[in-house]
Amino acid sequence: MTLLLVFLGGIVGAPARYLIDRLVQRLHDSVFPWGTLSVNLCGSLVLGLVLGARDHLGLPQEMVTLLGAGFCGAFTTFSTFGFETVRLLEEGSVLEAGLNTLGSLVLGLLAAAAGFALAALLV
Amino acid sequence: MIGHLPGDRGETDPPAGPDVDLSRERDVFRRTAAPARRRTWDILAVIALGGGIGSVARYLVGEAFPAPPAGFPWGTFLANVTGCFALGLLMVFILDVWPPSRYLRPFLGIGVLGGYTTFSTFTTEIVARSARGAWPIAGVYAAGSLVAGLAAVWCGIVLARAVAGLPVRRRGSGA
Repeated sequence: MTLLLVFLGGIVGAPARYLIDRLVQRLHDSVFPWGTLSVNLCGSLVLGLVLGARDHLGLPQEMVTLLGAGFCGAFTTFSTFGFETVRLLEEGSVLEAGLNTLGSLVLGLLAAAAGFALAALLV
Repeated sequence: MIGHLPGDRGETDPPAGPDVDLSRERDVFRRTAAPARRRTWDILAVIALGGGIGSVARYLVGEAFPAPPAGFPWGTFLANVTGCFALGLLMVFILDVWPPSRYLRPFLGIGVLGGYTTFSTFTTEIVARSARGAWPIAGVYAAGSLVAGLAAVWCGIVLARAVAGLPVRRRGSGA
């Protein structure tokens, strides 16, 4: 049952990431991977909200599994982030690679913390 | 045009191998004979299936290495680092070695490995450990994941190039 919920969440999360990444990448002309950054920040915010809702609002575990391990897990990606960063380094875009790494971490943590805080505010 | 993925920007940015069609973004408004709807839906279906499989795999790794609330999240760490290695390896073969394939990159790269690795669990685990005062664990986990993940991508790329007989170091876009 749990595996099915994770699978269902992943089935929705991965194509959603692809579509949003494509949409964001169309909006700019730089080498910076804004698309992956966008999905990772959105996903961190939503997962913070989901986990906060579990802690403060008693969101059922099944929903946490479906939305958290399933959807948010598949919606965000670490491998594409890593690949794009190494690719930037290889192309000599060292500044962009550094900004992508630090920016993803710092903004991602802020987004996750904002999600937790938002859920606590809703109580 | 079988190998041409309309607007396939899922895994990487323009700097790509010579057999990747970089003109695609300019072609967005050009009318093509092929039905655009079918061309997008079959790609989305393949990504969805891969994403479901990758997510379940990540969940099972997490079950095998359960993390205490203030302990080191080995499950996510291992999934992310192994996924980075696999993607580095895979992308060399997809871009530079294997003949163009319509479904390989959407299924394995964007779907399976995208679903297998996760950024949101990574960030929320750091925030949760910081909130419990487990700052050293949070810091080591954050820095360790980034360093190990990037190193793993690089190792995957280098290994794949070595296996395929390509020059290991490459500068420029190969254009």
